[in-house]
Amino acid sequence: MTTLRVESLRKTFTAQRGAVRAVEDVSFTVEDARFFTLLGPSGCGKTTTLRCIAGLERPEAGTIRLDDDVLSGDGRFVPTHARDIGMVFQSYAIWPHMTVFENVAFPLRVSEHPPSRAETRRLVAEALVLVGLEGLEERPAPQLSGGQQQRLALARALVRKPKLLLLDEPLSNLDAKLRQRMRIELRELQRRLGITTVYVTHDQGEALFLSHRVAVMQNGRIVQEGRPRDLYASPASAFVADFVGDATFLPGEVVEGGVRALGGIVRCALSEALTPGAKALLVMRPERVLVRSAPAGLVNEFAGTLRVAAFLGDHLDCIVDVVGTELRARAHPTAELRREQRVWVELPPEHCLAIPDDGWRPRALARTFDDDET
Amino acid sequence: MAATTVGRRAGMRIPAWRAEIVVAGGAALFLAYLTVVPLAMLLLGAVSASGSALDFQFTTRYLERVVTDQASLELLANSLIYAGGAAALAFALGTAAAWAVERTNIPARSLWYGLALVPLIVPGIVHTVAWLFLLSPEIGWINAPLKTFFGFSLSVYSLPGMIWIEGLHTAPLAFVLMSAAFRAMDPSLEEAAAASRADAWKTFRRVTLPLLLPSVASVLLILFVRALEGFEVPAIIGVPGRIFVYTSRIYLSLKLYPPSFGLAAAYGLVLLAISIVGLVLHRRATRHAERYATVTGKGYRPRRLQLGRFRYVALGALGLYAFLAVVLPFLVLIYASLVRVYSVPSLESLRELTLSNYSFILEDELTRTAVFNSLILGLASATVVVAVTAVIAWITVRTRLPGRGALDFLAFVPITIPGIVLGISLIWVYFTIPIRIYGTLWILLVAYVTRYLPYGIRGTTSALVQIHRELEEAAGAAGARWWATFRYILIPLLRPALVGVWIYVFIISLRELGAGVLLYSSQSVVLAVRIFDLRDSGNYTSIAALSVFLIIVLVTLVSVLQRIGGRTIREA
Repeated sequence: MTTLRVESLRKTFTAQRGAVRAVEDVSFTVEDARFFTLLGPSGCGKTTTLRCIAGLERPEAGTIRLDDDVLSGDGRFVPTHARDIGMVFQSYAIWPHMTVFENVAFPLRVSEHPPSRAETRRLVAEALVLVGLEGLEERPAPQLSGGQQQRLALARALVRKPKLLLLDEPLSNLDAKLRQRMRIELRELQRRLGITTVYVTHDQGEALFLSHRVAVMQNGRIVQEGRPRDLYASPASAFVADFVGDATFLPGEVVEGGVRALGGIVRCALSEALTPGAKALLVMRPERVLVRSAPAGLVNEFAGTLRVAAFLGDHLDCIVDVVGTELRARAHPTAELRREQRVWVELPPEHCLAIPDDGWRPRALARTFDDDET
Repeated sequence: MAATTVGRRAGMRIPAWRAEIVVAGGAALFLAYLTVVPLAMLLLGAVSASGSALDFQFTTRYLERVVTDQASLELLANSLIYAGGAAALAFALGTAAAWAVERTNIPARSLWYGLALVPLIVPGIVHTVAWLFLLSPEIGWINAPLKTFFGFSLSVYSLPGMIWIEGLHTAPLAFVLMSAAFRAMDPSLEEAAAASRADAWKTFRRVTLPLLLPSVASVLLILFVRALEGFEVPAIIGVPGRIFVYTSRIYLSLKLYPPSFGLAAAYGLVLLAISIVGLVLHRRATRHAERYATVTGKGYRPRRLQLGRFRYVALGALGLYAFLAVVLPFLVLIYASLVRVYSVPSLESLRELTLSNYSFILEDELTRTAVFNSLILGLASATVVVAVTAVIAWITVRTRLPGRGALDFLAFVPITIPGIVLGISLIWVYFTIPIRIYGTLWILLVAYVTRYLPYGIRGTTSALVQIHRELEEAAGAAGARWWATFRYILIPLLRPALVGVWIYVFIISLRELGAGVLLYSSQSVVLAVRIFDLRDSGNYTSIAALSVFLIIVLVTLVSVLQRIGGRTIREA
């Protein structure tokens, strides 16, 4: 049973232009055998948080507890080498002057009570089997491919059978295909070993795929934490909605039973915070927006013009102009849709989410077109 | 947070940050002693009426003299013409060679990179002496036939002669720097110009040239400062020719009767000031260059100009340069080392070849002392420089200690101090403070270590920067303590680079003349100084033998360095 508790963590860096709060009042708990992900854009403090857990950074305030042991806080600071962790770095940090075997055996050899030669050999072999690198013991580490180095880093992190596994964007240096495969393997391995894991990434797909729980970070703070499906379905802010999944944001004024937008009223459920007259943002997931070439006479149906209908294999990526507002939608790949034709979009009320408008907007709408340059 | 760690005093372990502060403080004191103290003493010495800065009597006599009197103006003019001319010649030769090697299809391209090794293998004093053999008015290999057949000879004891010898010797430096500039330039910038319908000439004028301009400026400045600081040519050619520049004037103010330490310090101050201005301008030019972002670390494959038939013309031109800079000097040295009296080669002189010069230098007590001293100094200065700069590099690269930038800066300061100026500064230091090491090997060690700190810091810092921080952090995360990380990760990874820096410092210390020539005594004579001394006594054939010996030692060391360098690259 291993539980990681982080409370009110704070870390400041002194940069050229004064102090920068890298991590501010971050608290979370990772239950036993759970896969916990810190998700956010670069500079949001996720890696700094992980490095504090590893003891590679010294936080100014807050406590970090692994079960009953205080790793950091209350005037204590356990140095990295004395923490019962395994860590995979973004660069893999495979030691180039050692063989595969020597890399994996290193954590055993430098421990307080090094195991016997035979025992070391057995434990290394076991770790290598775990990641599918058996038989490569004598290979010099620099001769491994990127994917193999990644596995080697994982074997090295696991060989001591640590209580806690820390992963710092381990997949970001792999190409797209390999990344897909490795995340499946990583998920399987973590579920099988039941090792408590903290994972850092900026890739929302990885976070949703791998995690039991995800914490979204922004400017050094955790802005929302929850199960992947809850984050996706009920983002607490436009930032979270934008970072976890695709979305079109429709700003508008709250009225009775909906939000004024798209030249009419979009019917949706309203939380208690959203009283008539308040400013709200409607969050529309593209796959929830239905596009038809003829009106169906349903609630929340709006007429518009199809600006873009790009074929992406499993769907058509559409942009519909509804009275000057561009709305993203996904249509079936076989749908007979032509550019500039008149279409009707339906926004099913149960999938329309209204959140308070805090003024945040995605950095560039151009993001929408990144995927297809047709 | 720090206070609580100290207050607790729970563990046996000294908190890492405290050990860091002690080490960094020690390094700062050491560096200040090596750099700040000599410069301060130089300043004091220039305005001090008595021989010691301790019983200080202020005077502006020397400073007035070095900036106002007629001879000083001539000195300034000579120095600027000499350094400017040598820089221009070296730049022209080096850039032409760099362009041919980087941007044309000249044959045997990779072979020419060997040119870069010339200044390492042929010390300045050896090169200068060799050209004296070639251009000596009556008996030089080049002048004797000229005189016989055309009735005139080229005067080596002149400003053009000095410029020619120095420029020829520093051209490889220009070649190395300019070929780096050519290589760093993204050829797609030129291709974009071509695609915008600019012809070859317009592309060169509007794109290539403006992009290269910062590099050109910085290389010219480096070459200028190097020539200005050089002691060999001004002393060996300039002094007999009565053409004085700052370095030789400093030397003479101490060697002529009556010696004036104050005047030497004042001249040193002027030379230091010019050198600093040059290097500051150089720094500005290179900082500007970064904004041009021609260097992205990508390996570019430039389009090469197809020379056609001119390939072999270009090859011939490069070959001629290599012949003049390396082959001819080496041949004349070998010849001179095998004759009793140097003369133009004839059947007679070739019949009387002898090894007596070699046996002379082997038996000469002073030469043996010089070889021994040079080796000791080389070993000691290389070891001290590597050890000190490795620690400083670790502090500046890996820690977040406040003031770590100042450490890096201090270690770089000596690059602005010409060797001879360092010499006069150290004389002032050890005449003033009661550490009696003047005339011993210790003062030379201090001079060498100070002088080579910048090379050390550059080598160790770049090596450490290349070692990803996460490699060390991974060891910590794997349970390794500080010493285990150091022993099993850091040292093995740094070793090739440290050995490389060590050998480099060892090599350049074997050829050092400027820093040593004011500080030695008969007990602490070193190789380059011994060559310089033999010249004073007119024993030129023995100089040739000693030069050949020195070149052979240096070639051996450089090839070892090359092998280690190659391995470092393969491992990285």
